[in-house]
Amino acid sequence: MHEKHLPCFRKGVIFGMEEKTIPAKQRLLKSGKTGLGNEFRGKILVTLCAIIMIAVTISITIFLGVKGLQSFIKNGISLTEFLTSTDWNPTDKANPKFGVLPFIFGSFAVTFLSALVSAPLGIGAAIFMTEIAPSWGKKVIQPVIELLVGIPSVVYGFIGLTVLVPFIRDHIGGLGFSLLAGTVVLSIMILPTITSIATDAMSSLPKNLREGSYALGATRWQTIRKVLIPAALPTLLTAVILGMARAFGEALAVQMVIGNVKVIPSSLLDAAATLTTIITLNMGHTTYGSVENNTLWSMGLILLIMSFIFIILIRYVSSRRKM
Amino acid sequence: MNSKTADRIATVVLVVIAAVIVSILVGLFAYILFNGLRYVSFDFLTSPSSNVRAGGGVRDQLFNSLYILVITMIISLPLGIGGGIFMAEYARPGKVTDIIRSCIEVLSSLPSIVIGMFGLLMFVNLTGWGYTILGGALALTVFNLPVLVRVSEDAIRTVPRELKEGSLALGITHWHTIKTVILPSAFPSILTGAILASGRVFGEAAALLFTAGLSTPRLNYLDWNPFSDRSPLNIFRPAETLAVHIWSVNTQGLIPDIEQVSNGASAVLILAVLIFNLLARWIGTLIHKKITATK
Repeated sequence: MHEKHLPCFRKGVIFGMEEKTIPAKQRLLKSGKTGLGNEFRGKILVTLCAIIMIAVTISITIFLGVKGLQSFIKNGISLTEFLTSTDWNPTDKANPKFGVLPFIFGSFAVTFLSALVSAPLGIGAAIFMTEIAPSWGKKVIQPVIELLVGIPSVVYGFIGLTVLVPFIRDHIGGLGFSLLAGTVVLSIMILPTITSIATDAMSSLPKNLREGSYALGATRWQTIRKVLIPAALPTLLTAVILGMARAFGEALAVQMVIGNVKVIPSSLLDAAATLTTIITLNMGHTTYGSVENNTLWSMGLILLIMSFIFIILIRYVSSRRKM
Repeated sequence: MNSKTADRIATVVLVVIAAVIVSILVGLFAYILFNGLRYVSFDFLTSPSSNVRAGGGVRDQLFNSLYILVITMIISLPLGIGGGIFMAEYARPGKVTDIIRSCIEVLSSLPSIVIGMFGLLMFVNLTGWGYTILGGALALTVFNLPVLVRVSEDAIRTVPRELKEGSLALGITHWHTIKTVILPSAFPSILTGAILASGRVFGEAAALLFTAGLSTPRLNYLDWNPFSDRSPLNIFRPAETLAVHIWSVNTQGLIPDIEQVSNGASAVLILAVLIFNLLARWIGTLIHKKITATK
C-alpha cells in the first residue's frame, strides 16, 4: 500500500500540487531523490543525442567507404585507371571503360571558376556593408543575402535552364548547356555563403585598427586594402573555402544546366559534367550492385573525401589565425 | 595614381558590387514570382499532377513536402535541441567534445547528394523499406541536425549567466534549471532558427531523390488510416516533393506544359521560403517583446 503511493508523492512534489497533504520531512527526502534521478536521466538523454551525431558521421563514412571501394575490390577496376582515364563507357558490354577524370575535372572547374567569380563579389559586398555604408547597407543587403540562401537549388537550376541557357545560346554561342552556365548558377548559389561569413569577419575586426589607420592619414581604400583585408584574411579564406565546398557538392542545379557529356570541355562554352551530375543522372536507372552502379558509389566516396579535405583546409587556415 | 582617386574608384567599384547583388536577388524574385504566379491558382494547388497530359497541378507534391517537413522536424527537433543542450551545458572541453564538434562540422558540410546516397544505402536498401516518406525524413534529419544543434547551442549560450546561477543558487538541480529556466529563455532563438531550417528542408531535393523517390501513389485524402496504402498519412509510401517535382519534370518529364508547371511550382516554393523567413523574424520579435517586456 505504502509502495503504491510513492509515485503519487513524487508527482505531487514535481508539479507543486497536493503539497499540503505530504509532511515536509517526507517531501524533502523524496524530492531530493527524484531530483537526482531526473538529473541523471536528463544527462543521459542529451548525451545520447550527442552520441547519435557521432554515430551518424561514423556510419556515413563507413557505409560509403565500404560501398565506394567495392568497384575496386569486387569488380577489379584499377584505381589509377578510374582516376586518370578520360574514357567513360560503362555500358559497353565487351569492353566497359571506367575513367572518371572528365567528371573530376568538371567538378573542379566549376568549383574554382565560381569561387573566382563569387569571392570578389562576396568580399566586396561584405566590405560595402561594414565599411562604406554600415547603417543602411546592412539593412538592405543582409535580408537580401538571407533570402538568397533560402532559394532552393532546384529553383536556381530551373531559372538557369529557362533563362541562362537560352541567353548563352543566342548571345554568346554554343549550345547553351555549358561550363559557363554551371559556373554562373553556382556563383550565385555560393555568393551568400561567402558574403555572410566575410561580413562577420570584417565586422568583428577591432575598431582601433580602423581608427589607427585613419589617424595616420590613410584613405578608406588604403585602410581596407592594407589593414583590414590582411587582418581578416584567414576568415575570408575560410569563407571562400566553404563556398567552394558547397559548389563542389551541389548536384541538381548544375545538372540542369551543364549538359552532362562525358568528355573534358575545351572551352567555357562546351558542355561538361561533374561527379554530382553523373551520380544524379545514373543512380536511378542502374541496377543496385552492378559494376556501373558501384562506380557511382565510388564517385560518392570521392565527394565525401573532398568534403573532408575542405574541412581540413579550413582547420589549417583558421589555425594560422590563432598564431 | 593619386591615392584619393584610387579611393574614389574603389568606392565606386564596391557600390557597384553591392548594387549588382541586390539587383540579382530582386531580378530573381521578380522573375520567379511574375512568371510563376500567373499559373498558381486554386486549381493548380488542388489538382493532382499528370505524367503525360497538360493541366496537372501540384496537390500531392505540396502535401508531401509539408508532410515530410513535419516528420523531419518531429524527429530532428528533439535530437537537435538535446545535442545543443549537451554542447552548451554538459560538454567539458576535451577530446570527446572536440570529436563531437568535428562530427557536426563534417555533417554540416556534407553535400546533400552524399546524404541522399547514404539514405539510399541505409533507409532504402538495408531496411528494405524501398522509397518511403520515413526514409526521406530520416535523410533530411541527417541534413538538418547539425544546423539545429548549432542553433540551439548558440541560443542556450546567449542566455544570461545570472539566470542560470540564480536558479542553481536556489538549490535547483542542473537538469531542472535547464528545463525550467534556460530552455524557456532560449526558446525564441531556437524557434527562429528552426523555422529558417524548415525553409531549407522544404526546398531540399537532392537528398530526397533516392530516399523518398520520384513518384507518388494515387492518394485518397478521405482515407486517414496511416497504414492504408493510399492514405496520404502513410509514412511507408513513396512521395515526390515539390522541389523534386520541379527537377523531375524538367529533366525527365513528358508533359507538354513543363514550363507552366515548373514556373508555378517554383513560385510556390519561393513563396514558402519567403513565408518561412518572415515568420521566423516576426515570431522572433514577438516572443522577444513578450519575454523582455520591451516595446
